[in-house]
Amino acid sequence: MEALQIIWFLIIGILIIGYAILDGFDLGVGFWHLFAKKKGERTAFIHSIEPFWDGNEVWLVTAGGALFAAFPPVYATVFSGFYLAMMLVLLGLIFRAVGIEFRNKIESKTWVKVWDISFFVGSVLPTVVYGVAIGNLLQGLELDPIGDYTGSFFALLNPFALFCGVVGLAMFAHHGALYLSMKLEGEMAETASKWAQKAWYAFLFTLMPTLAYGVKFCISGDYRILPMIFIVLTLVVNSAAFMLNKKKKAKEAFLASSVTIAFLMLAVATALFPNMVPCTNNPEWSLTVFNSSSSQLTLLSMLIIAVIGMPIVLGYTYFIHRVFKDKVKVHKD
Amino acid sequence: MDPVLLARVQFAMTIMFHYIFPPLTIGLGWMIFMYNTRYQENGNLVFRQLAQFWTRIFAVTFVLGVVTGITMEFQFGTNWAGYSRFVGDIFGAPLAAEGVFAFFLESSFLGILLYGRKRVSQKLYWFSSLMVAVGATASAFWIVVANSWQQTPAGFEVVTEMVNGVEVQKAVLTNFWEAVFNPSTLPRYSHVITGAITVGVFFILGTSAWQVLKGRNTEFFRMSMRTAIVPCFAIILLTMIVGHKHGHQVAETQPAKLAAFEGIWETQTAAPLMLFGLPDQEGERNRFAVQVPGMVSLMVGGKFDTEIQGLKDFPPEDRPPVAIAFWAFHLMFYMGMWMAFIAFIGVIFWINKKLLDHRLYLKLCAFTVPVPFLANEVGWVAAEVGRQPWVVYNLLRTQDAISKSVPAGQVLASITMFTLIYALLFGLWIYLLRTQFKKGPDSIETLAAEVE
Repeated sequence: MEALQIIWFLIIGILIIGYAILDGFDLGVGFWHLFAKKKGERTAFIHSIEPFWDGNEVWLVTAGGALFAAFPPVYATVFSGFYLAMMLVLLGLIFRAVGIEFRNKIESKTWVKVWDISFFVGSVLPTVVYGVAIGNLLQGLELDPIGDYTGSFFALLNPFALFCGVVGLAMFAHHGALYLSMKLEGEMAETASKWAQKAWYAFLFTLMPTLAYGVKFCISGDYRILPMIFIVLTLVVNSAAFMLNKKKKAKEAFLASSVTIAFLMLAVATALFPNMVPCTNNPEWSLTVFNSSSSQLTLLSMLIIAVIGMPIVLGYTYFIHRVFKDKVKVHKD
Repeated sequence: MDPVLLARVQFAMTIMFHYIFPPLTIGLGWMIFMYNTRYQENGNLVFRQLAQFWTRIFAVTFVLGVVTGITMEFQFGTNWAGYSRFVGDIFGAPLAAEGVFAFFLESSFLGILLYGRKRVSQKLYWFSSLMVAVGATASAFWIVVANSWQQTPAGFEVVTEMVNGVEVQKAVLTNFWEAVFNPSTLPRYSHVITGAITVGVFFILGTSAWQVLKGRNTEFFRMSMRTAIVPCFAIILLTMIVGHKHGHQVAETQPAKLAAFEGIWETQTAAPLMLFGLPDQEGERNRFAVQVPGMVSLMVGGKFDTEIQGLKDFPPEDRPPVAIAFWAFHLMFYMGMWMAFIAFIGVIFWINKKLLDHRLYLKLCAFTVPVPFLANEVGWVAAEVGRQPWVVYNLLRTQDAISKSVPAGQVLASITMFTLIYALLFGLWIYLLRTQFKKGPDSIETLAAEVE
């Protein structure tokens, strides 16, 4: 049973990492969208993510479903506890999706402008909220015995959590810029590569103080060595991303950034483990991998579903990126 | 404000808005697949033109289905934490399976369908359109599994455990397949899918008729109508047949719901079919009833002396709101009849090749466009309201299922947000549809050049 619970903790971790890497790049593209001044450039941005963004968001939907199925109390506590934050995420996801899909449907300056802004805001908002949510999970929440959140909305907007939000934004901005430099041609690819450099500095300078403070969550956890290793790996691979970008190896830099994201998420996961939602007012009420999981039969049935399904999913993801592997042209206008 | 009421209002509103889109994409998905298949078979560019135009309509609709769908998945946790804790062991798995087995499939191949025409072979393109339709249809399966378990729970036991000194009840899975194929899964899935395809085919028929009336691209839209009329007739008949079967299952597994659908208060044989009437919950009777004697017994059991359980057999606190369930169910039924009538006339005209000359018929088709949408909506209202006061039939009451940690004010705020956004989205959708219809399909010449 314990093995199953740990496996499910890992699977959800993988789904969230998959989401962060994949939707991370199109959320990041959304962040840069308004920095491109020409209409043709912005159109190219949209084209570069058009065939993928929807599939990328399915990782979030699947992660949500898997969390609901494998750890129902965690799903219930987090989603109801972060109520307004979740509503903001929904608001953002709605506006960015509609922005991406509707922007190029009508030839009108105002129309395009409105959706450009909506794509930008809709990308930045969820990104920041994800970071804030992770910051709050690391610090723990005030809960009642059943696991209902008892704190206020504003308690969620504490300095550490907000810092994590900014880190998230910088991380995805870096990731998205590298994606653009890999996916676009000519001048625009150069610009994107420069953006990536700037975002890299922003990422590093916000990450360092956050880590300095966050170390206390690592060493207070049960597995203090693991998160430390992952943090070191994060920093190492992240530096590699910077070097590779400088050497104009866009693809490799993007991969390095993807691995950076994975390591940072693993650091968070191992710092939390075995907790999923630490309880601040009474540590015994914390929701853990072992006290909050579904039954053995459910975990086992779902594991079979995952074992059959996930390779197929990876197959689709690989296949679609192959079909659309060409670079996107930037039209001048 | 009552937090339970607010949570229910929000759920009803967001799910009803969401459900405008998936049935349309399911129905259009299969029609697009049919067009692509015909093109694949005979290389007739008209079918390529049909596939291309309706795929554009599909695309505008699909994105709204996606974004309003994410709201639904979040909402179980945000607004129904009590529910999530109670059913999570069972209810979460189908949602996850939907992502793994359906959404990934659909979204990946949709990318090819929308943006990959020139990048893949004709065969792979055709295959992608099949996968998009399959994906949409499969996702409906997992959602119906989850919802059917709420209607007729199976393959589980309820356990009580102590969580930090508080007694908590939850449903725990004991048999995966029994839970997936619970007594109502298949009857409901068949009705949901046929009902969904109805939306798609009548949409093609009605919007095309409207274009013909307006004199826009009449050749093309006449062809659209011709391809839709037989599917309309076949699918509405099928919807009614499987709906009838589903009715049998409701009578067997959820008698209080059936009694509410039919407005039956007393347990009786030769139960009458009430065509019109105003059920009175307090007075436990119907006003202004117009009835056909014995019909409900006949339809449920095949003979007049079939006994039908009445609402008075259930304590008042266990009865659904009868008037809403009754009228939602009857409106669905009447709208189904109307669609069958339209399709039947259509088939006769189609055989006589006069289908497109009758302006009155074209008008009727155009006015029928909203009907299958509404029929699907009220059908779900009947299904969900008929299950009340339970969120999980006979196990968990709706009032015990909400998120206790979310203040009513925040729910009110989110309701306001959703109302505004969804009104905006609806307006945009209509606007974009109109633009697409005005623009019409690419000409055959353009397509011919594209092929070479």
